[in-house]
This record gives sequence, structure tokens and C-alpha cells, in this order.
Amino acid sequence: MAEFPLNMIASLGTWQAFLIYGLIGFAFGWVLESSGFGNSRKLAAQFYFQELTVLKVMFTAIITAMTLIFASSSVGLLDVNLLWVPPTYVWPGIVGGFVMGIGFIVGGFCPGTSLVAAATLKVDGIFFVLGALFGIGVFGETIGFYEPFFNSSDLGRITLSDSLGLSPGWLVLMIIVAAIAIFFGAEWLEERIGGIDRAQAPQWRIAASGALVLGALLVALLGQPDNKDRWERLAPVEELRLDQREVHVDPLELLSLLHDDALRVELLDLRNEYDFNRFHIRDAKLLQQDKDSLTALARRLIAMPSNTVFMLLGDASSAVEDVWRFLRAESVPNLYILDGGTENWLNRFSDPLAQAISPGQALGSRHPAADPNPRLFSGSFEPKVEMEIKRAPSGGGCG
Amino acid sequence: MDQQFPVTPSTGKPYWNPYFGGLMLGFVLFIAYFITGSGLGASGGLNRLLVWVQDTLMPAHVDRVPYLIKMAGGDINPLKDWIVYLTIGTIAGGLVSGLLSRRTHWETNKGPQMSNSLRWLLAFAGGALMGYGARLARGCTSGQILSGGAVMSTGSWLMMIGVFGGAYLFAYSLRKTWN
Repeated sequence: MAEFPLNMIASLGTWQAFLIYGLIGFAFGWVLESSGFGNSRKLAAQFYFQELTVLKVMFTAIITAMTLIFASSSVGLLDVNLLWVPPTYVWPGIVGGFVMGIGFIVGGFCPGTSLVAAATLKVDGIFFVLGALFGIGVFGETIGFYEPFFNSSDLGRITLSDSLGLSPGWLVLMIIVAAIAIFFGAEWLEERIGGIDRAQAPQWRIAASGALVLGALLVALLGQPDNKDRWERLAPVEELRLDQREVHVDPLELLSLLHDDALRVELLDLRNEYDFNRFHIRDAKLLQQDKDSLTALARRLIAMPSNTVFMLLGDASSAVEDVWRFLRAESVPNLYILDGGTENWLNRFSDPLAQAISPGQALGSRHPAADPNPRLFSGSFEPKVEMEIKRAPSGGGCG
Repeated sequence: MDQQFPVTPSTGKPYWNPYFGGLMLGFVLFIAYFITGSGLGASGGLNRLLVWVQDTLMPAHVDRVPYLIKMAGGDINPLKDWIVYLTIGTIAGGLVSGLLSRRTHWETNKGPQMSNSLRWLLAFAGGALMGYGARLARGCTSGQILSGGAVMSTGSWLMMIGVFGGAYLFAYSLRKTWN
């Protein structure tokens, strides 16, 4: 399985990890300053079409990083499911972006560039940083008044390839070709409006764009690993865990997990709707089991806090194990199967003298066994659940 | 008339070629994603530094505002987050780069028709709008447009339209500030 990204803090220790982040930041600041992003005049010229450095640096960076990210995913070095993708909130994003745009042209910086401007003693940069801190502070105090808007139009973790229905590889190629066309237009504009001679631009940029297009074409042809490819990488280890029943959890263990305050348990019920309505464990959720729903489910599960245990509840059939394989291949951590499924749970925790649920009854979670009292049931079980160290980041650079 | 563009630094070595800068920025962004799984950012670090100051001066207030509790409620240390170290690194990287290329010195960059004090006032006002908008949009140019753009987040690309839309729409009214 893909080794990267790492859980930095777990694999290196807190302060060592923070040092690495500091070094990445150092390189970031170095590149921003060297590109002239500490100079507000250079940034503002973007908006008068005199010098389009902002556009060139930003888009070159985006297409370079994009190609490398999806190339390393193609060859199995990087697991893109574990990358932080800023969640999409359509309207707060667009309105917030619009306010930022006004701030950009009024103040001449964005937050990152104002940091390097202030660091190189540009007084306007220092005032901008102070203003940004003020704006951030005001936001913290006022967001309470319109929180519903802030949380509206939430589409979660969604990418352009989901929105447009195109595979990531071909989309990367299209974005690169579009970016090169935009760079061509930018240079034309700069020559006409800013008086920048195009012949002065380095010739290697043509070779570099050729290399990027070829790289992206290769990535598109290789394709991204699908669920089957991902499972094949995991199978040697994970198939063994299934065979040895290391992921099959005794009902008593699940009961103790449900009453463990340090853990969250997500109960995912795989049976049909009829059986679900007849009886289910309290808080269990009925799952759609087609491929798209499961892929979307995997993304939601990965985004949940690292102390969450995911428990698949089915019947004794092998369909549960297929869903387990699918979700594991999508990198869902801490994924287990309730041994014997919900029926086994019901038998284990029902009063043996009480009447069975008759076929016409739909008790849902109103049956006593839906939420049994752990003190009334004792017995030994072999504990199976071990919490993994979560690798997916819980937030991006904006948290 | 002198060659006005591309804008050059008032002292020291010239800036990098934009395509070269973009390639380097792309490599840094890729390494950040490859090793850590999360991209780059700036406003998140500023936010936490501010909340740390607020938590030191008025802890009771921080514990009453829901948005601040998540970062500094009770015993939570707002500085114990990777983004803070990334931000400190960004400042240090800018400083060292500026010093080595002799571009670090006190100055105010502005349009030729502007006074220093007006430029400072507008920088503060623009910063306030930028800071407020960046929190509303859940990320700034670095965290959303750059990082989210590279992993193709739909929201990041929509936000990019918002940012450029806002800036270009107001650029004409503000032309005297920069030209």
C-alpha cells in the first residue's frame, strides 16, 4: 500500500514533526519572497494587466504540483484518499473569495505574501498583516450571527473530477493545456499593456511546458488506481486478517466499545430495509451498497475523528466481507465486522423467555436488545479491535 | 520613459523569473502534500497566533465564543498545531531570502500618486477585508487556491473565481492607488 502521506507526529514525534513543517514553511517563504511576492506593486500590477506574475507563478505551481501528486498516485507511492482536500462550501467560498479579492486590490497582498513582505520590512506589508489579524479577529466575534450561511451549501470533499465526471489524469492534462494557453495570452497582454518584451522571456519555458504536457499525458494513460488495484496492493496482509477472523468482533466486545467514552462507534448496517426496520442496534445506519455510494461513504468515514471505530453489521453471508474489502481498499481505518451480524447480536442480548419479533413487526431500535445494559451481560471474548494511527490529516492549512 | 514592468526590487538582486518561481513553488507544494498529506497555508497560522494572544489576555472570553473554543477552549493550546510552525517558517524563509539577496530594508511600496500614510491605511483596510474573507471562505490564497487547486477541490476553484472577480471588478475604481 502507498506509504505516503505519513502521520508526521506519530512517526517522528511532535517537535520533530513541527520542525519539518517549519522547514516546509521556510522553503515556502523563500520561494514567495524570491518571486517578488513581498512587493505589493508587483502583485497589484496583475489587476491592471501590466505584469501577470501572480497568475504565472500560481498556475505554474498548481499544474506542477498537480502533475506530481497524481503521478505519484499512479505508481502507488501516494494515497490520494488520505490527502486533505479543502471541503467545498459553495456560497461561503464564493462570497468570502469576493471579499478577499477586494481586500487584495485595496491592500495589495494576500495573507501569505504579506508575511514575507513584513519579514523583509515592507511597511505596507506590516500594516496589511495587522489588518488581516484584525479581520480574522472580527470574524471570530461575528460569525455567530450568521453561522447558518457559513455552514450552507456544504458539498464536502468533492473534486473537479467528481463534479465534471472526468478522470483525474485527463483533467490534469486539460488544465495544463489551458494554463499554457493562458500563459500565452498573458505574455501577449504584458507586451501590449506593460511593455514587457516577450523575446526576453527564457526559452526553457517552452521545453518545460512540453515536459509537463508529456508527464500529464503519461499520468492520464497510466490512470489512477481503482478500487480493485488498491485492494490488490493490500490483499496479502488484509486477506489473511479476514481468513484468520482478526476483524470479526464478538457482540460482547462491540457492547463494551459502545460504552467506552474514549471511542466513537459508527454502526453500518448492510442488511435490507425490511430486516433493518424489523430490528437494528441503536444508532445503526442503513447503507446503500452500490459502488458510488460506498466510495462516497469511504470519504466521509476517512474524514471522521481518529478515535472512531467502524463496524459493519450484516448477516452471516460473505457480502459483508466484500464490503469490508471495498472500504479497506479505499483506506478506511479501524474497520471491523460484527461476528454473526445483527441476528447474532439479537440472539445474544434478547431475553430467552421473551417472545421473538413476529414477521409483521417493525420494532427498529425499540427492542430491548437494541441498547443492552452492559452490566447484565458478562462473558469472555477475544478482543480484536486495535486503533490504528490515523494518517489522513484532520485539517488543511486553514484550520 | 523608464521600463516600469516587470516591477523590480528597489535594491539587491532581481526577482526570479515567474515560471521558475512557479516551478519551485510547485515542488514545495508537492513535497508538503507528499510528506504531510496537507498542503500549505498562511491564514490558519495567523488565526492561531491571534487566538493565542486572545487566550492569554482574556481566557474567559475565548471560552464563550464557539468559534474560538475549538482552538483554545479550556486547556487547549492554540499553538500546538502544525500550521503555526509552517507560518513561523514562512516568515523566517522570507526574511533569510530577503537578507541574502539584499532586498530587506524599510520601505513602503505604493503607486506614484499615493502618500505613505494613505497607503498604510489602505493596507490595513485591505488586510482586514482579506482576513475576514479568508476565514469566511475557509482558507486564503495559499491554503485554498494553491493547495486546494492542486488537488482539484471544486470549492477552491470556485473561490478562485470569487477572488479574481472581486479584485478585477474593483481594480478600475482603485486605479489611482496603484498607477
